[in-house]
Amino acid sequence: MTARARLIILVVAVALLGTVAFASVMRASQRAGERDTAQPGGPPVSAGSVSLAGSGRMVFRNMAWGPYRDDLVSVPVGDPGGARVAAPVRCLRFYAAAGTGVCLRKEDGALQETYFASILDSGLRTLREFPVGGIPTRTRVSPSGHMAAWTVFVGGDSYAGSNFSTRTSIVDTRTWELTSSLEAYTIIKDGRPYHAADVNFWGVTFSDDGHFYATLATKGQTYLVRGDIAARTVTTMRTNVECPSLSPDGTRLVFKKRVPGADPDEPWRLYALDLKTMEETPLAESRSVDDQVVWSDEHTVMYGLAGDYGDDLWSVPADGPGAARRVALAALNPAFIG
Amino acid sequence: MYLADRGPTAATAPADADQGRTDRAAQPGRALRAIPATVLALGTVSLITDVSSEMVTAVLPLYVVAGLGLSPLGFGVLDGVYNGVSGLVRLFGGHLADRGRRHKAVAVIGYGLSALCKPLLLIVHTLPLISGVLALDRTGKGIRTAPRDAMISLASTPENRGRAFGVHRAMDTGGALLGPIVAFLVLGAATDGYDAVFTVSFCIAALGVLVLVLFVPGGRAPAAGSMGTASVADAGGARGSDGAAAGTSAPGGDEVSGGAAAGSPAVTLRSAVALLRIPDVRRLTVTATLLGLTTVSDAFVYLMLQHRLGISERLFPLLPLGTAFFFLVLAMPLGVLADRVGRRRVFLGGHVALLLAYGLLLMPLHGDVLPFVVLALHGTFYAATDGVLPAAAAGAVPAELRASGLALIGTGQALARFCCSIAFGAMWTVIGDQAVLGIAMAGLALCAGWAAYALRGPETA
Repeated sequence: MTARARLIILVVAVALLGTVAFASVMRASQRAGERDTAQPGGPPVSAGSVSLAGSGRMVFRNMAWGPYRDDLVSVPVGDPGGARVAAPVRCLRFYAAAGTGVCLRKEDGALQETYFASILDSGLRTLREFPVGGIPTRTRVSPSGHMAAWTVFVGGDSYAGSNFSTRTSIVDTRTWELTSSLEAYTIIKDGRPYHAADVNFWGVTFSDDGHFYATLATKGQTYLVRGDIAARTVTTMRTNVECPSLSPDGTRLVFKKRVPGADPDEPWRLYALDLKTMEETPLAESRSVDDQVVWSDEHTVMYGLAGDYGDDLWSVPADGPGAARRVALAALNPAFIG
Repeated sequence: MYLADRGPTAATAPADADQGRTDRAAQPGRALRAIPATVLALGTVSLITDVSSEMVTAVLPLYVVAGLGLSPLGFGVLDGVYNGVSGLVRLFGGHLADRGRRHKAVAVIGYGLSALCKPLLLIVHTLPLISGVLALDRTGKGIRTAPRDAMISLASTPENRGRAFGVHRAMDTGGALLGPIVAFLVLGAATDGYDAVFTVSFCIAALGVLVLVLFVPGGRAPAAGSMGTASVADAGGARGSDGAAAGTSAPGGDEVSGGAAAGSPAVTLRSAVALLRIPDVRRLTVTATLLGLTTVSDAFVYLMLQHRLGISERLFPLLPLGTAFFFLVLAMPLGVLADRVGRRRVFLGGHVALLLAYGLLLMPLHGDVLPFVVLALHGTFYAATDGVLPAAAAGAVPAELRASGLALIGTGQALARFCCSIAFGAMWTVIGDQAVLGIAMAGLALCAGWAAYALRGPETA
């Protein structure tokens, strides 16, 4: 083949491949544009003020298409599927309690995306923000609003290999003292101090300003741990507990549990754990749930499941029997105000 | 198609061209022009392919978590297992390439396999399947590495081999640095457009394969030019005791003209293994493996930097870019230096740089400059070893077994590094980061000392 022929082939191929590449970007861009237009039949959203103070409201990340997609919105607790009021605060993950909010958000850069944990006051103003080392997954605030915790996925970047781990941080919003990784805590496993390189923490749920529950994973096993912030210790309690969420009265946990025989793509089911009797009860949701549930009252938990436009919000009784029901379309990470 | 077009002239034409280049290269200021077109073409292929693959790696975590709503934990579970398999795949690719001298064809398979993985990412939406696609992608990488390095070594003259590998590694790293930028440009134009990232990545990968097919000469004979192979044959012949190995390369310099057409001895697995009977190959393999055993993996170096120097969460993901930057800038100069003062010396020098980096990490120092110095030393280590080792090895391995030989040495090094990272990780938790790095440093010093002794004396070109 002559040099000329090769050059012609190359030019034609560049033109062809370039067209395909360009078309794919344009198509994706157009699709992204469509998501800025509200879907017919979707929940009505309008701009307004969202507050973490007050009462009878539920605040969450709006995933419905339209100009307010990904904004924090507020709805009446009694009508979660109704009209949404949006504030221009965008979070990947959100939680709030007693007028303190945590917004885990993304900032785009040229070489990579960067992520921050912003602590918000009741008017959604940023009080303090902390850079975090990876993609956000869970966040919680203590019932008093004083303590905040978040978990991100770290690693897996282009050069350091594809091993992921989690990093969980806790901050005291009164002193701004930050524990950037729970791995700094002493682990007490089966009554003895425990060390391992592969320790991961995720899914903190606070019982008060000094104590919390969370998931610890090591050597392929997950554990429910109870954490003591003053003593900087975590103590293992039982195995196969992920993303615990403590009931408002502090007596029960609802968590996701890996069930044997399940499809490896959908391994988790929701269970309740009575902390007094340590008895487990399966909840009525039969699908796999990968979320840290939120208690909407003493007897009900809410969680996200994939829907047509982002996650939909579902609820199920926290005591066992009953049925799951969809609470709101295109809604993620609810927090109950007041 | 191009493969078939190359007639019998293939064996001689590049040799002549290389001869001319060597003469010019002897003059100062001709450094860049002395790089054979084949090496530039292979460098371009690597650059393009790395843009494509790093695009995917850069967005994959975000895609898995934000796009698919999956947890990436356990993503790397098979990583370790696959590291071992990847080494074996490399050996297989090298052997396959030498058999029938199909370096280019095997490289095309390797690059093509990786390219085909990109559209697969558009279809698979579960973690096990995504891991499977990544494994396939790395199989492609394993297959192509040895034939590609063999082609680089065969296309360059012995005098310029270090430079040739340096240029190739610089282009390769440049592509790796560009990939994430392209990916985030696409995501900037199309929010959540992961499918667009994968499609663009595929188009770029396809272009890489095309450049390889069109612009890298194939031909069934090693296009080494008589000098490269003659010196190898001389080296083998001079050490008459290495019967098996010497037997694989025809004596004297006539193998290039006669070997391809008249059928040189068949390349068998046995002859590939027999490479280890060549003292130089054996020494290089043992040295590279020993040094690999004490080479702490990048992730640990960055973790140490963070622990000891308090690098912020925000800057942490940028640390690998620092290493890559110095690797990119220094790869060619150190390759040229290797050609002048000896590849083994530079290869050892690279490990001294790594030793210094370990030392700095262990000293109770603080300061804003220190991370840069450590990253510069780390990048220097890569620039002085990654391309220099195959350049050094090429001189010791006969042309007909070049890919097998490079794969052998490369696999030894890679597996040793893998063992090191497992041992390092296990010891890290038991005795702490400082103590384990101290041990690694002592081990590296010992191995480097032994290597300096073992690799003394004149090296084969």
